[in-house]
Amino acid sequence: MEFNEHKPIYLQISDTICDKILGEEWREEERIPSVRELGITLGVNPNTIMRTYDHLQSIEIIYNKRGVGYYVTTGAKANIISFQQEQFIKEELPKITKRMNLLGLKPSDIFRDL
Amino acid sequence: MVTIENLHFSYSRHLVFKDVSLSLEAGKIYGLLGQNGVGKTTLLKIICGLLKVNSGSCSVMNHEPSKREPGFLSELFYIPEDFVGPDITINNFAKLRGEFYPSYDANKFSRLMTDFEVNGNYKFTKLSFGQQKKAIIAFALATNTRLVLMDEPSNGLDIPSKTQLRRVISQASTDETCIVISTHQVRDLENLIDPIIILDKNGVLLNESIENISRNLCFEFSPVPVEEAIYSEPTLGGYIVAQRNTSGMECKVNIEALFNTVLSNKEVIKDIFKK
Repeated sequence: MEFNEHKPIYLQISDTICDKILGEEWREEERIPSVRELGITLGVNPNTIMRTYDHLQSIEIIYNKRGVGYYVTTGAKANIISFQQEQFIKEELPKITKRMNLLGLKPSDIFRDL
Repeated sequence: MVTIENLHFSYSRHLVFKDVSLSLEAGKIYGLLGQNGVGKTTLLKIICGLLKVNSGSCSVMNHEPSKREPGFLSELFYIPEDFVGPDITINNFAKLRGEFYPSYDANKFSRLMTDFEVNGNYKFTKLSFGQQKKAIIAFALATNTRLVLMDEPSNGLDIPSKTQLRRVISQASTDETCIVISTHQVRDLENLIDPIIILDKNGVLLNESIENISRNLCFEFSPVPVEEAIYSEPTLGGYIVAQRNTSGMECKVNIEALFNTVLSNKEVIKDIFKK
């Protein structure tokens, strides 16, 4: 897995998991790899994976069945989409807007064909 | 797991540690960083009892390491940087030495040897440095000791073996074990070592989790110099900049930049991470 330079690793792993759920590689109500399994696959500190799973639990994308493992929540896909839309508007869009202003581009220049 | 208090240590007249205190907990993979000659290897040797403290105390799993008691040694494995094996086959070595470790797992050993693609039927003396190193790492992790000390484990390993090394170390880490890795090759072990310990001539400059570091410091790329930066270094197309994290948003910890930041701003760092 390639990590980029900006986001903390636990969030980058979280994004990868969200992509797997969006792409239905990991389906709702299916069990996902344990903290240890994913740590080994990625060669990452298990405590980092634990943080990823805590984060995904807090935004209701996965849940923990005690003693069994972690499962994808019903409705996880919809949660991810609304979560990422919000993130796009709050974090990515301002950067794009800034860059567009810098280059003198108006939304109509870009989206005229849509 | 390891408690060091007011440690003093010197090699005859050469003072290495002056009043160093450090505590290591189970369930972690510590990355021990420091410039050449600051005493990383010395510290590991003190923890495993190969060197005796001049004054102060070092307690490891409630033992005094320098007594080298069997009950202590069977719960610890130290892999030196320049391991050279004896003139016997690896499998024979593992069989003989495994006896000393109550939790030694022969199946795990052969599995790890397969992962590392080392043939245990060879004598150590017939193998390259890197192959020998992989064999001893495989053996060390198969002993299932509670404390594992590794001095530069990625040195001499080829590229696929480094990926494998990260995986086997991640696998070896449990809530009961403590792994301490001294290294200069931070990129080899990035995303694995957490917390980070930075050692300096007169002691521990930093001993913090990645989470805590990223809550307090921010490492970013900037095309232009940043005035408020604690530290910045030129890189391709701009600067790597370390700043206080005031946004509350975490960013990825660049361990090399962290190291340089800590070394060039000892007082500022002490202030940021004071308890």
